[in-house]
Amino acid sequence: MNVPIIETKNVEMRFALPTHFLSRQKPVLHALSGVSIAIEPGESFCVVGESGCGKTTLGRAIMGLLTPSAGEIYFRGTRIDQLDESARKPIRADMQMVFQNPYASLNPRRNVFDTLAEPIRHLKPEMNHAEIRAQVEDVLDATGCDQSWQRKLPHEFSGGQRQRIAIARALVTNPAFIVADEPISALDVSIQAQILNLLTDLQETRGLTYLFITHDLSVVKHFGTRVAVMYLGQVMELARAEDIFARPKHPYTRLLLDAIPKLTGGSFDKPRQPGELPDPVNPPPGCPFAPRCSMVQDRCRSERPKLRPIANSATQAACHFAD
Amino acid sequence: MALLEVTDLHVAFPRGKHHEVEALRGVSLSLKKGERLGIVGESGAGKSMLAFAILNLIAEPGRVSQGAIRFDGQNLLEMSEHDIRGIRGNRISMIFQDPMVTLNPVLTIGTQMVETLKAHRKISTHEARRLSIEKLKLVAIPSAESRLDAYPHELSGGLRQRVVIAIALLTDPEIIIADEPTTALDVTIQAEIMALILQLCRDRDMALILITHDLGVVAEVTERLMIMYAGLCVEEGPTQRIINAPTHPYSNGLLKALPQNSERGQDLYQIPGSMPPITALPSGCAYHPRCEFATERCHVSAPDLVNGIACFHPLKADAKAPA
Amino acid sequence: MITWSALLKRFISDPVAIIAGFVLLLLILMAAFAPLIAPQNPYDLMQIDVMDSDMPPSWKPGGDPRFWLGTDSQGRGVLSTIMYGTGISLLIGIGAVIVQGVLGITLGLIAGYKGGWIDSFLMRLADIQMSLSTLMIAIIVLALFQAAFDPSVYAEYAIFMLIFIIGIAEWPKFARTVRASVLGEKNKEYVDAARVIGLPARKVMWGHILPNAMTPVLVISTIQVAEAIMTEAALSFLGLGMPVNKPSLGSLIRSGFEYIFSGSWWITFYPALVLIALILALNLLGDWLRDVMNPKLRRGDE
Repeated sequence: MNVPIIETKNVEMRFALPTHFLSRQKPVLHALSGVSIAIEPGESFCVVGESGCGKTTLGRAIMGLLTPSAGEIYFRGTRIDQLDESARKPIRADMQMVFQNPYASLNPRRNVFDTLAEPIRHLKPEMNHAEIRAQVEDVLDATGCDQSWQRKLPHEFSGGQRQRIAIARALVTNPAFIVADEPISALDVSIQAQILNLLTDLQETRGLTYLFITHDLSVVKHFGTRVAVMYLGQVMELARAEDIFARPKHPYTRLLLDAIPKLTGGSFDKPRQPGELPDPVNPPPGCPFAPRCSMVQDRCRSERPKLRPIANSATQAACHFAD
Repeated sequence: MALLEVTDLHVAFPRGKHHEVEALRGVSLSLKKGERLGIVGESGAGKSMLAFAILNLIAEPGRVSQGAIRFDGQNLLEMSEHDIRGIRGNRISMIFQDPMVTLNPVLTIGTQMVETLKAHRKISTHEARRLSIEKLKLVAIPSAESRLDAYPHELSGGLRQRVVIAIALLTDPEIIIADEPTTALDVTIQAEIMALILQLCRDRDMALILITHDLGVVAEVTERLMIMYAGLCVEEGPTQRIINAPTHPYSNGLLKALPQNSERGQDLYQIPGSMPPITALPSGCAYHPRCEFATERCHVSAPDLVNGIACFHPLKADAKAPA
Repeated sequence: MITWSALLKRFISDPVAIIAGFVLLLLILMAAFAPLIAPQNPYDLMQIDVMDSDMPPSWKPGGDPRFWLGTDSQGRGVLSTIMYGTGISLLIGIGAVIVQGVLGITLGLIAGYKGGWIDSFLMRLADIQMSLSTLMIAIIVLALFQAAFDPSVYAEYAIFMLIFIIGIAEWPKFARTVRASVLGEKNKEYVDAARVIGLPARKVMWGHILPNAMTPVLVISTIQVAEAIMTEAALSFLGLGMPVNKPSLGSLIRSGFEYIFSGSWWITFYPALVLIALILALNLLGDWLRDVMNPKLRRGDE
């Protein structure tokens, strides 16, 4: 087996919540509690979950925007979470990120050329002006942007066009790995398809590996190779994309699948009880999903299940009773 | 007879000193008692504008420039502000995308519910509290009595939206207008809330206007569907008919672009370009620059909505979107 | 965000802004070209004749056509002293705001971006600074300075001292404004995008965040110039500002004030009028800028 392009080992992320400086309690938010995933080259690895599950935190930890409280992160076998800036710099060109909101991810006061040229200028200082220009023109072509956009400011573009520019910026250093954090959820339906197709095409032509963060399982079905379903900072199920729809193992995965509105209708006919995410500051001692789970047992409330391989499948699930 | 009848509604906004642009360009709809209507469109299509116009809530400097809105035989546009208040929030209720628009953060939920009731009914505070608890129980809020004294920020997003629904139900309205009621919520919470709305409409014979961009949600909840594009209704009819066999090229494109509707590994169908802003509408049919079937005629003249379809080249019923 | 052309368009459509801008421009031009257009140079002792002192404006009985607005007790033409004095007042106002701006923007940017104890420390420092009145600090420092140095040395350095003192005393206003808008900007995704490529904090702060946090700075700058001119005028009026032989508008008002009861009202009246016009124009422009830049107040365009 190849060396994974990205591997996380037991990554934990804890945030101390702001308190009054005299208060005794120091509440800590557990955003990630022990996440281990390995992404193979060429994959579209999807991370799915609801808000607060830690999927964005995971992406940001991998990109180095956040430093894990514990655990290790590897890029092509090199540990990167504790590198200093000078050692990390050569790796940065290989890892890039596309953000959720194209209205916030482009600096409103920089034109497209300056936005695209900045990563090259910083990460590849050996390139001269003509080379930078050629590279910018190349990625604009690759992402379906017009060359005349170079001198324009972000406010002159629609949401879909801005997201193309943001993708172009991510590609400008020729990365091998891209974290895409909900790249289509802020866009209109007809634009979502355009951007998803673009990401698929770029993967083929440039051999990219994606970590695709989304809340939308129907996108995973179309786009993903493997999926990690997250809940309250933990991976609940890790499976191949086709398996997760055909043979979901974890009760939470089933709840998620059941919640997708179907075009054929009829699945919202029976009433559903309100379910809420437990408080991430005081997570329950056992399985985090236990308070909402329909097949909960006493053991679930006291003992936290570990992610384990499920017999006769390529799936791993963190549930005492999955089979 | 229809409970609500909107005919040829135009909403205009001033542009410069002497010009106006139309956000709605002649929309008609009718809603029978207990009927559930979905209005789908991308951002800027005018779907929220329609909801606001029905309740006579268009903010300055916009205005309804033409058309009629008949509710129970009365034209809302000719009524005094005082008389409209007897209908708005009483016989027609509204649910917004963000619960915090409806809920006042400094008042307890109980206070807000009691005030809403007392504004429309001559009842005692005690009776109002009893009715409020009844409605909170109706929307399946756990321990409803104690929630009455909670402030909005003490509840999670899903519970907050349930409270908003309970407030909307207080006066036993005949119509509920829900403007993207679940867009800000997670998928599992969305499923709960939509199932709740569906059940309430059925049990109480309440009519619903559901405004959303999500075709899956309308398929689950509504019986009739309107597709809007650039301030006009382009297709209207029974929800399942349109979803299974759209006749307008735009409806067809929207459905085909959904990831659910395409095979893995295949490119998604994509509608080229994006919706024009209302300030720069193309000539003829507003959709023609993006339409694969457009002919000379579409450039010159705009089709009227006839038999639920506004297109010169409607797709045949058998050319259905792949399921 | 608003473009320059849109700004100009809104300026032209607002009569108050046009009048305020016109008055300000007139005063600035008058001050800048004072050596060329003033009837006499009030600093040049050769041009001053004590025989001309206390003359009323030229249209009054006893007026002299050479001194349109009359003369003061030393025989300097009031019009000429106003022209030179406006320049000194503006110089101090703008200079003080530059000092405030450089200090306040730097510290506010660092406090907002770094957060944590650096933020707490800088903001408490700002609180302390704000709790000491600007005038009080200025009076103490200037009084010491005046007592310690020879009047000729004082006259030479007074302008720098005033700029420096008013600048230091008022930096928290800029720091707080900048910090507030940095806090709004720093969590936006374009900042993350810059950090993803490993851009050092210095470049992220100055190159990405600051340009997007400058709008409110522009607004308060205008108001702060007016404020600094006022402070300087007050200090000069108390005799702690500009010396009488290098008068600002404040010192002109003061020098005439002694004669107001002997009937020579023009020595005080005209400089005061110019000071009011200057402050009013600056404040009106500042208010107009704030309304234009604040998207919440903006209606009807786009």
